[in-house]
Amino acid sequence: MSWLERDARSGDEVADRRSILVMTDTAPAVELAGLTKTFGPVTAVDGLSLRIAPGEVVAFLGPNGAGKTTTVDMLLGLARPDAGRVRLFGGTPADAVRLGRVAAVMQTGGLLKDLTVGETVRMTAEFYGRTRPVAEVLDRAGIAPLADRLVGKCSGGQQQRLRFALALLPDPDLMVLDEPTTGMDVEGRRDFWQAIRADARTGRTVLFATHYLDEADAYADRIVLVRQGRVVADGTTAEIKNLAAGRVVRATLPGADQAVLAALPGVRAVEVRGDAVLVRTDDSDEVARYLLSRTAARDVEITSRNLEDAFLALTTDTPTTASPTAQTIGA
Amino acid sequence: MTVAAPSVPSAARADRRPPALGGFSTAVLAIEIRRVLRNRRTLIFILVMPAVFFLLFGLPQRGQELPNGRPVTAWIMISLAVYGAMVATTSAGAAVATERALGWSRQLRLTPLRPPAYVATKVATAMVLGLIAVLVEFAVGAAAGVRLPVQVWLLSGLTAWLGSLVFAAFGLFVGYLAPAENVMQFMGPILAILAMLGGLFVPLDVLPHALQQIAKFTPVYGVGQLARAPLTGAGLDWVALGNVAGWTVLFGLGAARLFRRDTTRV
Repeated sequence: MSWLERDARSGDEVADRRSILVMTDTAPAVELAGLTKTFGPVTAVDGLSLRIAPGEVVAFLGPNGAGKTTTVDMLLGLARPDAGRVRLFGGTPADAVRLGRVAAVMQTGGLLKDLTVGETVRMTAEFYGRTRPVAEVLDRAGIAPLADRLVGKCSGGQQQRLRFALALLPDPDLMVLDEPTTGMDVEGRRDFWQAIRADARTGRTVLFATHYLDEADAYADRIVLVRQGRVVADGTTAEIKNLAAGRVVRATLPGADQAVLAALPGVRAVEVRGDAVLVRTDDSDEVARYLLSRTAARDVEITSRNLEDAFLALTTDTPTTASPTAQTIGA
Repeated sequence: MTVAAPSVPSAARADRRPPALGGFSTAVLAIEIRRVLRNRRTLIFILVMPAVFFLLFGLPQRGQELPNGRPVTAWIMISLAVYGAMVATTSAGAAVATERALGWSRQLRLTPLRPPAYVATKVATAMVLGLIAVLVEFAVGAAAGVRLPVQVWLLSGLTAWLGSLVFAAFGLFVGYLAPAENVMQFMGPILAILAMLGGLFVPLDVLPHALQQIAKFTPVYGVGQLARAPLTGAGLDWVALGNVAGWTVLFGLGAARLFRRDTTRV
């Protein structure tokens, strides 16, 4: 196995490189080491390690049940890991919470229906040592006009923006968003991300869990793909997208000459599997033309791959059968 | 890309500090009280119902006198003040059940608010509501013609109010026991039965003898007896005092134990 394991391991190296780039001697914003959590017979998080440098905007991307929420809970100190360690800015999650260095927008719940939006924010502000002004966070979350509305009368999207306003109060160094747009309609999602983007204060570290590819693509600088409680890929959005770039030309060609195929323009990788040959290329026309005119190739198939494919290939439960190309191409 | 962005979060906000008093504040208390008073059902149970009970059951006794010559209406008024205060403090304490069910407690764990400050806020809210309940019942009584020496008003009112602390603890105990949003729906009838056994609705002498003996060990009995003592001139009733002390310790320890279990749950 090539790429998958290598990349999972290189997560730390990526973070290291970035720390050097930003020339900061401060501790990583997030450092998860060998994090494990089991619920009865189910291993929700399985030795997950991750390091996030201050200022990174990271998407924690994976299908439902990948262990994202459990990881976020442990990261925030809401759940205790069975094994492994969590460090936020070099300290415990409790330290970071106490000083208002971390704030989170959780998926559901956590609001009192019989308070108004304004009361909820004013009350929460009292729980911190120091906060941004209430009017400011209401405004930045785009809910200033709703200040006098009862929380119970707000839509799901409005409640989520209220949670975001609460998270803005301590002006946190790390903002954690757990599937923040689940259950929202398209418009709600757009408004919510607009509020997040408008906030993009320089230097704030953002970690958001999502199972929406387009959100990860649009808002993250770095994507961490998780499956079955493990990191299966970790890289910049461009790197992750690159996994999926180009097309794959597949043909039946006994005794294919790999070297010749690899030398064709645009070819990224060639793999021979029995009588079949798989070529990953930026120029599928060229490869197909060559195969059909110069060789005895038959059953030529051309398939394109996009981020969705990469995501599916990397996060499907049975990787050995579902994503052979993803694992071998680029090896 | 934010990779090259200047990253100085810790330097920029060196003024970070935890909240004073663990996050307990009068501003939160004020919002909490406003929140409770906004709830129509709560208002009916803690303010309107005891007042209506007085008008229905107290007023017909006008002119009747206790053995020491004080009006029977005052006996009923003080009993109902205790009842109003106990319902108020129980429901304020039991509100933690609603907040746990809604996930608000979880949300609070993501803030620097210390759990003891949270409980202190709940108890303070309960006591403010209890005080309002006593004051409203006394105001209704006074308006309906109850006349008492100042020290009886003060001592009975203070005892009814402070005694309701038992029920704030009771409410918290139930609140941490039952993570149900509608906890007061089953607490209402339970409180009514306890009030009955505690002699708040009718004098205990009208109950069968065996029930009277049992009633002395129920949690409302002590507070009722002590609150009416300044009126009846009964003096210090050690059985009632023991009753209040016992139940306060029991509910207090129970609530504290469940509270610890809840906060160390992580």
